[in-house]
Amino acid sequence: MMRLRTSTLPGWALVGAVAGTLVLAGAGVLVARAADPIRIGLGMALTGGLSANGKPALMAIRIWKDDVNKKGGLLGRPVELISYDDQTNPATVPGIYTKLLDVDKVDFVVSGYGTNLIAPLMPIAMERKLTIMGILGLANNEKYKYPNYFQIQPSGPDPEANWATGFFEIAARQNPKPQTIALIGADAEYPRHAIAGARELVKKFGFTAVYDKSYPPSTVDYTPIARAIKAVNPDIVFVASYPPDSVGMVRAAAEVGLQPKIFGGGMVGLQFTTVMTSLGPMLNGIVNYDFWAPEATMMFPGIKEFFAEYQKRAKEGGVDPLGYYLPPYAYSAVQILGLAIEGSKSLDQQKVADYIRSNEFSTIVGKVRFGANGEWAKSRVLQVQYQGIKGTDVEQFRVPGKKVVLYPEEFKSGNVIYPYSAAQK
Amino acid sequence: MISWDLVANAVVAGILLGGFYAAVSLGVSLTFGLLDVVNIAHPAFVILGAYAAYMMNSTLGLDPILTGVLFTPLFYAIGAGVYRIYYASFERRGEESLRGLVFFFGVLFIIEVALSLTYGVDYRLVEAVYIGKSIELGGIGIAFRLLVPCVVGLLMTLALYLFLSRTFYGRAVMGVSQDQVALRLMGADPVRIKTIAFGIGIAAASLSGALLITIAPVVPSTDRDYIGRVFAIAVLGGLGSIGGTLVASIILGVAESLMATLFGPSWSLAVSFGILLLALAVRPAGLFGR
Repeated sequence: MMRLRTSTLPGWALVGAVAGTLVLAGAGVLVARAADPIRIGLGMALTGGLSANGKPALMAIRIWKDDVNKKGGLLGRPVELISYDDQTNPATVPGIYTKLLDVDKVDFVVSGYGTNLIAPLMPIAMERKLTIMGILGLANNEKYKYPNYFQIQPSGPDPEANWATGFFEIAARQNPKPQTIALIGADAEYPRHAIAGARELVKKFGFTAVYDKSYPPSTVDYTPIARAIKAVNPDIVFVASYPPDSVGMVRAAAEVGLQPKIFGGGMVGLQFTTVMTSLGPMLNGIVNYDFWAPEATMMFPGIKEFFAEYQKRAKEGGVDPLGYYLPPYAYSAVQILGLAIEGSKSLDQQKVADYIRSNEFSTIVGKVRFGANGEWAKSRVLQVQYQGIKGTDVEQFRVPGKKVVLYPEEFKSGNVIYPYSAAQK
Repeated sequence: MISWDLVANAVVAGILLGGFYAAVSLGVSLTFGLLDVVNIAHPAFVILGAYAAYMMNSTLGLDPILTGVLFTPLFYAIGAGVYRIYYASFERRGEESLRGLVFFFGVLFIIEVALSLTYGVDYRLVEAVYIGKSIELGGIGIAFRLLVPCVVGLLMTLALYLFLSRTFYGRAVMGVSQDQVALRLMGADPVRIKTIAFGIGIAAASLSGALLITIAPVVPSTDRDYIGRVFAIAVLGGLGSIGGTLVASIILGVAESLMATLFGPSWSLAVSFGILLLALAVRPAGLFGR
């Protein structure tokens, strides 16, 4: 017995020591896990053609990360962002996201900015069954129907058509109703989608297309295009363009005296502060899509605080000083991801995706609910009209009344000045 | 049915555009055409000039083209410095062909990144009294935003032509492109002559940048839109031919403008480069090449 006891006691002691060590080690692992950051990765256009939007988008996402970490992180863990410059080059996207997933071991990925940069991410996301938040891409999921893709751009369930629905509804409401339309867009991904949607709306609203052309994005002089459109004298001119072309078209229209009854639609760039301040009164009367305007109807909880922080950082970052277009949506994309991680209490891609699909989120851009194709369940692409712009002072764009929301009805803040020429006086 | 009014307007718009293209391409004609230096960074210097114009316009309200003129000595000095580095590192060792090309690619990226870090990546535009205004003469509309750059482009072409044909240094530049040994025997230093010519090429690039920002907004990466275009014009005109550069610029400008007006703008670049291929098939040395 004694032998047994003498031989057993050290045995129990050994077992106890090992068990204690394992428990302590396990606790250590748990402690380490709890302190490990949740990593979110993305590629973003920090150089190249889309960098004017990519940089502010990344800045907004960083603001969200700082906001979340100030409140204790997600699931009690801090959030870490890992980002790479995709150089506005879609060819870099597969490499960047493969590195993020396989080397950096991120927990979630968010897309880069823009349709062209989201497109190459889709096959990777589908193959690896990722939950993917898209930042301002048009109709990226229409071919794939991937269920775990969610797009923060408020295009709505039929993104191509919904994009310009407001513009066409406004035009069709005028009395007498305009009859003819010119469609012009750049030979690039977004304008092609926008023009395709506009063609459908031309049929739906019973307009007659008298001009339907595209142009290469590297076009320098837009006066021949404006003059060719003027020659067919359309009542409506719908333009789908990127920033340099938008500036070119607005200036060319002013120079050749192109004066349709309604002008605008899908011009990217007019939302940017530097473009607004440079074009100044030339903007008056243009009806164009937008996502946010400093109107009373658009003041959602948290948006003022966001802009206060963004505009402070923008001064140092050399990016859009007001940031009304893309930054709040980039913030909201990761805000939704964070809310879904908290709500599902999980880092599992599928559980988070299921949570996003089945819940409504309160964000700084308002209530967001996604539909079956990952687009907003209800379109909220605004149509705004530039009114009463005098000179090129930036301060005028901070106050209501300069970018009047005409559509949709629930966010309407003023009435359209019709025709276009009346708003230019 | 063709509207002759539209055709006339398109031709005038094309000539105006051609004048601007000439300004952007003159430096390439000089450095690539005469000095045999493949300065792929030329459009980056154009954008650097555009940002100089933006800086002076936004801070002091100075006219962009006046800024362009005032900054030419500085850019001349920068160009001369860049050539000296290129010469010492590559040309002197006979390694200019491939490594030199890489060097200028490097310069291009450095300029792009430096501009991004300094000014950010927002679109930059300038304000001037003539932007957004136009006049109509006999049914032809002329936008001042294009007329002013065209006139400056024509003056730049004339000045460079006179410099190369009427001055000692200009003739020396023409000589250095033909026979450096003969030039040395005449008592001229080819490296010094090339330094001067390269400096002039970069000064021309900077001035054309001021013209560019008058016409359209720029970001640091706008230079990439112009790489193909400026080299195509220099080749079409005939390497080293200043008059040829102007003619080629106007041909491409008018072709682009006519296509955009009459057949749809999506064809304009294809037709321009089709003209380039056709011209090279008939005259491999370019329209005015020797």
